[in-house]
Amino acid sequence: MPVIDYKTALNQAFAEELTRDESVFLIGEEVAQYNGAYKVTKGLWERFGSKRVIDTPISEAAFLGLGVGAAMMGLRPVVELMFWSFAYVGFDQIINNAGCVRYMSGGLINVPMVIRGPANGGTNVGATHSHTPENFLANTPGLKVVAPATPYDAKGLMIASIRDNDTVCFMENTLLYGETGEVPEGSYTIPLGVADIKREGTDVSFVAHGRAVLTALAAAERLEAEHGISAEVVDLRSIRPLDEETILHSIAKTHRVVLIDENKPFCGVSAQIAAMIAEKAFDQLDAPVLRVTALDAPAIYSMPLEKIQLPTSERIIAKALTLF
Amino acid sequence: MTTADSTQAEKSKKSTSSCVSTQAVINLTLTPEQKIKALADMWRIRRFEQQALKFYNQDKIAGFLHLYIGQESIAVAAASLMNGQDEMITAYRDHGHALAVGMSMEECMAELFGKATGCSKGKGGSMHFFAPDKHYWGGHGIVGGQVPLGLGLAFALKYKKIPACALCFLGDGAVNQGPVSESLNFASLFELPLVIIIENNGYSMGTSLERSSSIQHYLAQRAEGFDMAWGLANGSNYYELRAKLHEAMERARSESKPFLLEVATYRYYGHSIADANAKKYRSAEEIENYKANHDPIILWQKQLLEEKLLTEESITAIDEAAKKEAAASVAFAEASPWPDPESIFSDVYYEVDQDSEAGRTGAHFFSDRV
Ligand SMILES: Cc1ncc(C[n+]2csc(CCOP(=O)(O)OP(=O)(O)O)c2C)c(N)n1
Ligand SMILES: [Mg+2]
Repeated sequence: MPVIDYKTALNQAFAEELTRDESVFLIGEEVAQYNGAYKVTKGLWERFGSKRVIDTPISEAAFLGLGVGAAMMGLRPVVELMFWSFAYVGFDQIINNAGCVRYMSGGLINVPMVIRGPANGGTNVGATHSHTPENFLANTPGLKVVAPATPYDAKGLMIASIRDNDTVCFMENTLLYGETGEVPEGSYTIPLGVADIKREGTDVSFVAHGRAVLTALAAAERLEAEHGISAEVVDLRSIRPLDEETILHSIAKTHRVVLIDENKPFCGVSAQIAAMIAEKAFDQLDAPVLRVTALDAPAIYSMPLEKIQLPTSERIIAKALTLF
Repeated sequence: MTTADSTQAEKSKKSTSSCVSTQAVINLTLTPEQKIKALADMWRIRRFEQQALKFYNQDKIAGFLHLYIGQESIAVAAASLMNGQDEMITAYRDHGHALAVGMSMEECMAELFGKATGCSKGKGGSMHFFAPDKHYWGGHGIVGGQVPLGLGLAFALKYKKIPACALCFLGDGAVNQGPVSESLNFASLFELPLVIIIENNGYSMGTSLERSSSIQHYLAQRAEGFDMAWGLANGSNYYELRAKLHEAMERARSESKPFLLEVATYRYYGHSIADANAKKYRSAEEIENYKANHDPIILWQKQLLEEKLLTEESITAIDEAAKKEAAASVAFAEASPWPDPESIFSDVYYEVDQDSEAGRTGAHFFSDRV
């Protein structure tokens, strides 16, 4: 199987879907002639032209709303946010319009749109550019939220998201764009709402999404090598819908769990998962549910400090050891 | 002269004289039936809303209720020009547009009553009426938030090569929202078939135009900043309104160019029924002057009488029919069931509603079920 990077996997997904379905179009700042701020859409404008790959002025509210309006009319917009952090100036369009219009119309309307872009800290760009709004988005019934960690998952989930008939918020990560992995050529889908066991283990479950999955995997390797503890890594892949069964299954096996989350802790994704475990797996637990999240302050600029603000292997290992 | 009155007077100066509008081809081709239907449609809106007001005061309707009374001509004129492929979207003052595009009083009243038979199954309420089958996309509660959606409707028409336009309504206060300016720039830059109609009733809640806009007289003049064509129309003159709307819509359809049209109008009631200040920020005389001298229904009726298309009897018959229909819609709403508690969880996700593979995969809801 070819080995490609995460952004190329996404690029292949767009090319497949642009070819397959006339109603799919890409829109956003610098997505066309500039090839994308992070080159995720590289070559697509040349190949598909200005009707299908569209550069916009810097007007997030306008082009997010345009996506919703066009999707209501049956088109399938894939709207790029240069950073998910910039969604905030257009949040009304995402939450009130994409998220609520189906409900408020009593099911007369649906919004088959993908909103995508990187949502991560760790790149020394300060607090305004380092937000991880997956928890805000998943807090809106009507929206779906996915956060793939690997190139394989990114391509399969993107194709599934474009074909999905609801709005999917697709959380990427600039630090993952260059990560490589095996990705089949051609089209395939990964259903939303199915988690993936990225590493089998017996003693403790690590539950994570996005880049935190890679951090969890690295921590699991060291935990095994240095402490003889076998960690299972559950990659959520999809946050809403959520694969609760796979999480509960893993805990039924290991009886211990650490949630690893680059999101902030207060009402973050891991808070929801912790509540779910408390309700549904209390009797399975031999130790409290613990979390390793982003340190609870705005993203700091300073290089060495931002590294430790996000979850690290060291913090995960230290936390896991307290469970035994 | 009062504030809104001077605005109205200024506006009429710049807008086409009624003589020219009457001669506009789009009006010359109007049949007597179409002219009478326009009158009937305006009365239907007014009588529907008066019933709604009555039952709001009896606690049968809750939340906000923004009445369109005084502005009826605008939605009726616009709907009368839609070609079967044109799209329409508006803000929360949406009952008039809904009835004008052909939604039934029954489904609309039942929605106000929060009943399962409502147009949104009781899930949207007064501000959120929709009828995609009639090219009507709501009904939106966030001031200005519908304008980017209107942009998307126009974009989709052009993308699909449909020779039609999108009509997007907003208020004089909404003009000041950032996304509205973004949308004007976008529509002009991409040459989208979007007709944006400012229903300038002189106030945004209790704030007069003088206190909300740096450009005082012609809100539509802002279009110049976006190299977009603009115009003015007098909402009290049905022929003029139609002529101006038609021009803008034709331009959008045939040249794929946007247009910003400002219509001078007035609302008789408070901002919403819950507006306790309705009489404080404007004088009783101002309101009475509008009712007496600028009422769009009365003036259109007068016009049709002059054209000998109506008699006093036929006017009464039209009005009686509207009142009867409105009363019947209340009876329908009252007799209708409340929505099933389980319906709280439907119409959230399309895939779940369809019970598709995607809808069955993973947990979509996280609370207790009813
Ligand atoms: C974003 C937002 N801000 C404030 C409000 C509250 N609000 C509702 S209507 C309104 C006045 C709008 O006036 P205008 O645009 O002139 O429309 P009109 O009510 O006159 O039809 C305000 C302030 C809102 N719904 N949404
Ligand atoms: Mg107003």
